[in-house]
Amino acid sequence: MNRFMPVLATTVVFGVGFAICSLIYPNFASPRVVMNLLTDNAFLGIVAVGMTFVIISGGIDLSVGSVIGFTTVFLALAIERAGMPPLTAFVVVLLLCALFGALMGAAIQYFELPAFIVTLAGMFLARGASFLLSTESIPITAPFYGELAEHALLLPGGFRLTVPAMIMLAVVALCAVLLHFTRFGANVYALGGSRSAAALMGIEVGRTTVLIYTLSSVLAGISGIVFSLYTSSGYSLSAVGVELDAIGAAVIGGTLLSGGHGFIFGTFIGVLIQGLIQTYISFDGMLSSWWAKIATGLLLFCFIALQQLMLLVARRRRPRASGAGAR
Amino acid sequence: MVQPQQALPEARSDLRNGETPMNFKALNAAVVICGALVCSGAGAKELTIGFSQIGSESGWRAAETTVSKAEAKKRNINFKIADAQQKQENQIRAIRSFIAQGVDAIFLAPVVATGWNAVLREAKEAKIPVVLLDRDIDPSGKDLYLTAVTSDSVHEGKVAGEWLVKAVGSKSCNVVELQGTVGASVAANRKKGFEQGIAGHANLKIVRSQTGDFTRAKGKEVMESFIKADGGGKSICAVYAHNDDMMVGAIQAMKEAGLKPGSDVLTVSIDAVPDIFKAMAAGEANATVELTPDMAGPAFDAIIAYKAKGTTPPKWIQTASKLYTGADNPQAVYESKKDLGY
Repeated sequence: MNRFMPVLATTVVFGVGFAICSLIYPNFASPRVVMNLLTDNAFLGIVAVGMTFVIISGGIDLSVGSVIGFTTVFLALAIERAGMPPLTAFVVVLLLCALFGALMGAAIQYFELPAFIVTLAGMFLARGASFLLSTESIPITAPFYGELAEHALLLPGGFRLTVPAMIMLAVVALCAVLLHFTRFGANVYALGGSRSAAALMGIEVGRTTVLIYTLSSVLAGISGIVFSLYTSSGYSLSAVGVELDAIGAAVIGGTLLSGGHGFIFGTFIGVLIQGLIQTYISFDGMLSSWWAKIATGLLLFCFIALQQLMLLVARRRRPRASGAGAR
Repeated sequence: MVQPQQALPEARSDLRNGETPMNFKALNAAVVICGALVCSGAGAKELTIGFSQIGSESGWRAAETTVSKAEAKKRNINFKIADAQQKQENQIRAIRSFIAQGVDAIFLAPVVATGWNAVLREAKEAKIPVVLLDRDIDPSGKDLYLTAVTSDSVHEGKVAGEWLVKAVGSKSCNVVELQGTVGASVAANRKKGFEQGIAGHANLKIVRSQTGDFTRAKGKEVMESFIKADGGGKSICAVYAHNDDMMVGAIQAMKEAGLKPGSDVLTVSIDAVPDIFKAMAAGEANATVELTPDMAGPAFDAIIAYKAKGTTPPKWIQTASKLYTGADNPQAVYESKKDLGY
């Protein structure tokens, strides 16, 4: 039961927050606001899911924001300048991202470098590459793009499920299955618990590490596709700092930064909480939008404190229990 | 009187959503309140306008935010500002949230020119008019906004040039020019406008022109090199800077070289930031052309007319490029501008 406490706490915070906002603003609890929460945070949700894998395995991936930026610029150039069909461009860019992630994972594994440094280099590389491609914001005018951006599934009750929201929900569902119900997922947790123990258990540490960073970069690529749908353009400065928002979402969602613990669902709620704070601030209209960062920071502190507290409690209980058994 | 006014918006939103089944008592109460309000003549609806501001990256933008708040207050408008911290995704998010709130109009100062079509179409579908402030968007979105309130930077340069023509009269004059950042459209336009302003007056000649990057430090540095290249600067008759900050630097350089800016050397620049008025009050600067921070004022008026009478404003509302000289009581202007956040 203890394992689920952080996720439960996050969900309660989100529920209470939404209820308070709805009481203050009569228009708040409307289908449009709920669907906006999903659509507006789709790109963040997708990278945050990838980040959850990385953090649970005991690593970090700082390159995702830059990968999003690179993806949008690459897509804009490939579709607009080179005349590539959008779907082909999606496949090409995702392959590029996969290669990029695999290389970072391999560098971390085989050169025994800290993930922080390798992905920091990746962050500079990807951002630099997107600036090299174009410093200007390029509009994407392909008709297919317009259709995708405006297509939406009308659900009963006036809910409009947009394509970005659909992609995010699919990613969340698929990755939850991947993490919680497959051998690969179990290996990710094992790596986060202890690398050497995982190796001793016969887990292919190298392969798993490479796969984790590949997955994170591919998800960043998908997020980039969603971002380019969202803005119908490619811009080298887009999604600056999103990696930190993603880490924040994962931690608020109950993922332990030291690895070994976390849930995809928690991260999803963590993303929604960040979105909720921003929505509240824009409904208020008088607060400085920087309060969003302050509130997120405070929440992060609270959740880290909560996690530490629970670890402490867990540690105190264990020796007592084993002591009792010896007697 | 206070209570019914507070009760009104809630009752209305209930009617609009139709989600919460209202009992008849509440409905009756709402009708009574509405009736009372209409009878007492306080029924004029307060407009709610959301403004997606880029951020506060420059003094001018901070002043724009301050001024637009003040202008909204003057017109009794419920004004909501969302600072996007320089990020387009935050601006789109803010616009969609404004749509969800059902505001009466949306103002947008776009951080980039592209990528607005989807969200602006959403606003259009919700029948919420959008007004662009200070910057334009990609032409493909032309039919998605009501009007754009911007200044014409070619015109600004022209006003500066025309002032200098008048101030110099018929005597011959060597002008040096401090350009803005290379490649910036504002710099190119202000250069073009100034050249148009002095065209046909052969006695005025631009003898040197270099970029000072819109900064005070670079303005001073470039002016120093101009003075050195000129052998003490005795033949320089006027300085034109693409913004006031560079001019403040140039004034410093001239004073250090023993020249008297404002009397020996005429100065004209653009923006009208508080510091140039300080220099003007001290007699060290002659003229500046204002890039007004009040973009929201004309936009409010356009929206009010549009809402009340259905008047469609022109697609482009050009803000005034007002000229200030030493005769305009610079000290008073400085006092009025210094607290705007420049």
